[in-house]
Amino acid sequence: MKRFSREQMAARVARDIPNGAYVNLGIGLPTLVANHLPKDREIVLHTENGLLGMGPAPEPGEEDPDLINAGKQPVTALPGASFFHHADSFAMMRGGHLDFCVLGAFQVSARGDLANWHTGAPDAIPAVGGAMDLAIGAKRVYVMMEHLTKGGQSKIVARCTYPLTGVACVNRIFTDLAVLDVTSRGLVVLERAEDLAFEELAALTGVPLTDALATVG
Amino acid sequence: MPETRVGRETGTSAEVINKIVPSAPAAVAGVPDGATVMIGGFGTAGMPSELIDALIEQGARELTIVSNNAGNGDTGLAALLKAGRVRKIICSFPRQVDSWVFDGLFRAGEIELELVPQGNLAERIRAAGAGIGAFFTPTAYGTPLAEGKETRRIGGRDYVLEYPIHADFALIRALRGDRWGNLVYRKTARNFGPIMASAAKCTVAQVREVVDLGDLDPETVVTPGIFVQRVVELPATARLRATVGAAA
Repeated sequence: MKRFSREQMAARVARDIPNGAYVNLGIGLPTLVANHLPKDREIVLHTENGLLGMGPAPEPGEEDPDLINAGKQPVTALPGASFFHHADSFAMMRGGHLDFCVLGAFQVSARGDLANWHTGAPDAIPAVGGAMDLAIGAKRVYVMMEHLTKGGQSKIVARCTYPLTGVACVNRIFTDLAVLDVTSRGLVVLERAEDLAFEELAALTGVPLTDALATVG
Repeated sequence: MPETRVGRETGTSAEVINKIVPSAPAAVAGVPDGATVMIGGFGTAGMPSELIDALIEQGARELTIVSNNAGNGDTGLAALLKAGRVRKIICSFPRQVDSWVFDGLFRAGEIELELVPQGNLAERIRAAGAGIGAFFTPTAYGTPLAEGKETRRIGGRDYVLEYPIHADFALIRALRGDRWGNLVYRKTARNFGPIMASAAKCTVAQVREVVDLGDLDPETVVTPGIFVQRVVELPATARLRATVGAAA
């Protein structure tokens, strides 16, 4: 079975972001998506610390401590960019103005519940940042994650065992094995990794799946 | 109330509003023990480090701090925590790669943490400044951070009741200010400054440069002076701390 690489996953997510979209890319794996946004589309990146029109990392030596992203890494501002305070920034999410966000996850449930902020371990220091606001705020929420844990357990689950970030908020899941839509009829598989049979994917995932190709075909 | 002095300006007799204070110690004078103090900044961007240093010198104890993070490294907010002045912190993202001061105090049970989603934190601060008694927000519904809170279904969607956060003092950093307290900021260092300014009884802004009245274009003033009580000019000492991997 050939898994999608991280770059392939990022490119696949980027394909599903249309021209003109306002998008927030979460910390970690989702930041890779920025490198794959098609050049012929004008897509505006939002970073919740207060910038629309975020550009790539600056050249070495050009870093500005007052110009950073939500991961506190130095970034640039593109022509057309705007700065704003935190209440405005989160109004852009909560108010339904942001078209997409792409988030990492520990687990996603079959009905689209998201767990991505806290393992719940008793000695872990909790920190949430903007995860909960993004999860319920963006019009469409994409999750990008490995399909399985290092121990081989599915991260797509019937019910999240980690503390929730948001309820029924995920629309589409991009993993290294498949692309799945969360629908009112359950999870629908849109694409699979090469040489991965639907039945094999279903067995690995452990929750009921529908094959979009079979349904349509 | 703004500090006023009677004086002459351009040859006319007038009661002059002058919120400029001469030094960082003067800027943080009067912060009482047990005060709630908002501290602007997202990580170190917009962090009023010199005002925090002055607050440490000033000596107020048993503080409740409202800030997005819980300090980086050993300076600024982290130094205030290390000095044992903080009883409680209200923030969204305490754990960072360089938050060892907070981490140690938290594990030792020596500091209380109220963890608030970042957008709820911002809106609670905004609500305080806007005179809102409480508000329903969809953020955190159904999660551990909404446990025990009142909820309501409005228009088919579930919301959580959240209350404003008021402060006695707000310490913020801006780029330029004038003697009326009008402020402009710089890039993403704006972050919590404008909303914290509105939510505190006494807002103290450290600015890189104090400019003459009229030098700030009224069309571009971000924080109108009515929200600001003290302005102090302090040299820029912003340090880049690119904490790769530390989330919001």
